Amino acid sequence: MPAVEIAGLTKSYTAGFFRQKRIVALQPLQLAIEEGETFGFLGPNGAGKTTTLKLLMGIVFPTAGSAKILGRDFRDPDVRKEIGFLPEQPYFYDYLSAPELLDYYAQLSGVSHAERRKRIPRLLEQTGLADAGRKQLRKFSKGMLQRVGIAQAIIHNPRVVFLDEPMSGLDPVGRREIRELILSLKQDGKTVFFSTHILSDAEALCDRVAVIHKGVLRGIGVVEDLKSQTADKSEIIWQGAQALATVSDKVSNSHVTGEVVRGVVDCAELDQLLEKLRREKARLISVTPLHGTLEDYFVAHTSEREAVRQ
Amino acid sequence: MKCLRPKIVWQLLLLAIFLTGAILAQRSVDRVRGRQATLQDVLYIRSGTTLKRASLGYSGLLADIYWTRAIQYFGGGHARNDTRFDLLYPLLDITTDLDPHLIVAYEFGSIFLSQQSGAGQPDQAAALVEKGIRENPKNWHLYFTLGYIHYFDRKDYKAAEIAFQKGSEIPGAQPWMRTMAASMAQHAGEPAVAAAIWRRIYESTEDETVRQNAVQHLQALRVDEETTELQSRVDLYRQKTGQSPSGWQALIQAGLLRGVPRDPTNKPYLLDPQGNVRMKDPIPFVTQGKR
Amino acid sequence: MISRLSAVAFNTFREAVRDRVLYNLILFVLLLLAIAPLFGQISIGLERIILINVGLSAMSLFGIVIAILVGIGLVSREIDKKTLYTILSRPVRRWEFITGKYCGLVMTLTVNAVMMATGFYLALLITGHGWKAADAQLLIPIYFIILQFFIMTAITLLFSAFTTPVFSAIFAFSLFVIGTFSEDLRNFAALTQGFTKWLVTATSYLVPNFSSLNVISQAAHDVPVDGRLVVFNTLYALFYSIAAISAAVVIFERRNLK
Repeated sequence: MPAVEIAGLTKSYTAGFFRQKRIVALQPLQLAIEEGETFGFLGPNGAGKTTTLKLLMGIVFPTAGSAKILGRDFRDPDVRKEIGFLPEQPYFYDYLSAPELLDYYAQLSGVSHAERRKRIPRLLEQTGLADAGRKQLRKFSKGMLQRVGIAQAIIHNPRVVFLDEPMSGLDPVGRREIRELILSLKQDGKTVFFSTHILSDAEALCDRVAVIHKGVLRGIGVVEDLKSQTADKSEIIWQGAQALATVSDKVSNSHVTGEVVRGVVDCAELDQLLEKLRREKARLISVTPLHGTLEDYFVAHTSEREAVRQ
Repeated sequence: MKCLRPKIVWQLLLLAIFLTGAILAQRSVDRVRGRQATLQDVLYIRSGTTLKRASLGYSGLLADIYWTRAIQYFGGGHARNDTRFDLLYPLLDITTDLDPHLIVAYEFGSIFLSQQSGAGQPDQAAALVEKGIRENPKNWHLYFTLGYIHYFDRKDYKAAEIAFQKGSEIPGAQPWMRTMAASMAQHAGEPAVAAAIWRRIYESTEDETVRQNAVQHLQALRVDEETTELQSRVDLYRQKTGQSPSGWQALIQAGLLRGVPRDPTNKPYLLDPQGNVRMKDPIPFVTQGKR
Repeated sequence: MISRLSAVAFNTFREAVRDRVLYNLILFVLLLLAIAPLFGQISIGLERIILINVGLSAMSLFGIVIAILVGIGLVSREIDKKTLYTILSRPVRRWEFITGKYCGLVMTLTVNAVMMATGFYLALLITGHGWKAADAQLLIPIYFIILQFFIMTAITLLFSAFTTPVFSAIFAFSLFVIGTFSEDLRNFAALTQGFTKWLVTATSYLVPNFSSLNVISQAAHDVPVDGRLVVFNTLYALFYSIAAISAAVVIFERRNLK
């Protein structure tokens, strides 16, 4: 059973003084996330990532479409016992202390008194908040607040965790800590869905990613596969510098060291190039595919193409 | 750091100067607006019901405020030349509209509204007290107040008798109410009755101003009594000797007096050459028999 | 459900307690109670009357001010500050959230009223040189004042569910003022005909009736309050508040939060 199944969720607004303009924040979205997956939701600012999360959390209501979380209708309030949510740049009740906040939220999520007594100190320890003691949240730094955010998202031991830009505004140390936290969630078998525009995080943590731009889903797949999709070049090394003249139009970035030539060739041209090198009696040393990066994939899918439907 | 200390001194000095200036200016404003500044509202809004609405349900509090103004302005005990007695009735009317159960307003009003030394408006005083009786039907003392107004300032003895009678019928009324009603019928106009009424007023009020007023009236009655008595002794002397007495000594020698008579303020009465008895320093409310 | 409701209510109470605005206002009322006896000295015999008028009027007025000040931010602040996001992503139903907030604020105001009433009775004790039997009856106007809080809080919460704090404050205070004229409105309606009559009558019932909940002048003269009035006023406050909260829930459940 997929952890999250989004079936055509869409959100549009009316804007303008006479409510005449129609803005589609999210085109009908089809997405399924398996249990135990760490799923990255990528896109530039304003792409619709946060809108998707707000729809799933019941903060805004969809114009059309539906979704299921753990097999149940996403609007069923009781299903929220199994999910945790960390919003972007979160703000919590600043007059509470960290333990008080966790206790309150745990209560709202249905965690029993005995369980709360056990889990809260452990979680505070785990997220490095134990030293804050009874300090009120208004005195917390950004990094500490983010950690509180993660803590409140998991205090009730949910099966699915939704994080919206969990690394935003953190310094490198903070980011490393959050990354480790996400990894530990993964190890606990939780499904993690997080949105971000920082690709290195997605590459490091996610099993699959989806790219969304201007409200439209542009691509989805396993990270490695996506990276290789943009890989269309190979590095080729051969011995026989005399052959370079005949193939120079196909080879770029060529570099000659003695008799050895190193260059870059488009994959489409590779076969033709090998044929030519054989005729010139050059000796092939190696052909290595150059890996694309996620960034290439991302840029490719978010810049030139316009939305198919409006 | 060392240039900060003189700076704070300058700032505090500035503050003190302007604050003093503000206070002085305010005093000038008060002087210009005059004593009746707080009463100006009465000039502009005379309707008690409007004010009751404007008070958003806190009419009791507003009544207390208006009552306080009335006391401060009129209750000094001494009327001044510029006292706006014409505002007294509207002020009391508003106060009692706001709080119909503020008995002291009816009683205070009645005394100062009706008396000549006050506003001299006994009819309006009677109207005010009648309103008080309507709103507080179980209050017998208000009938006493009504009776007193009819008796002293309107000289309507019949109406006074009716008021005392009605009041005496209310459960809880003091027995002297009936006596008072009876005196109205038979001894209306006699000083003893007046004295009895003033004594009742003195005993039953807790308001210092009202008390002082009653004391003054009682003293005046005593003066009236004494001067009448002294005058009759002077006449007796004239009858006996055929001439006016030269002074009190003459009367004492004639055996008509035992000592120099003193008035309630403990100063000796004066006997003028025509043989009329007078007070050295007259007190208010003395009529010397000219009622 | 109960545990969620009480969790929200208690948290709202805790938030109000930690907000220092409340302490200053309570202090102010206590100050008034301390100086009220001085006014009584202006006119002998009026000490008690003035103390009751000043004390209870202050309690009522300041309590309503607090109800408005705290109530206007109850919902809109959570929306602005986005603290609601992490709440709604939990099993809490939106109606539970609204109702919990209401109960928390009402709890706060009741506790405030009790504190102010204690100060008031102390002042009575001091100026009256002991308590009188009639002092117990003063609990009724105090109870009515608490009922006013119930209604005012519900109204403020309703506005807070769909408009900004500034407008909530303006609307809520306007309804308070109009509410003190509710009986006048009904009387006025009796004098009109047709559509105007219908309109004015409807308005007079929609507007909260604060005039019948204000028995302060009566209490100042120790005039007892009809027992039936206590019962009917309680029912009215209860029903009106629940109606206002229901309206708030209806609005809030359909609201797309930003």
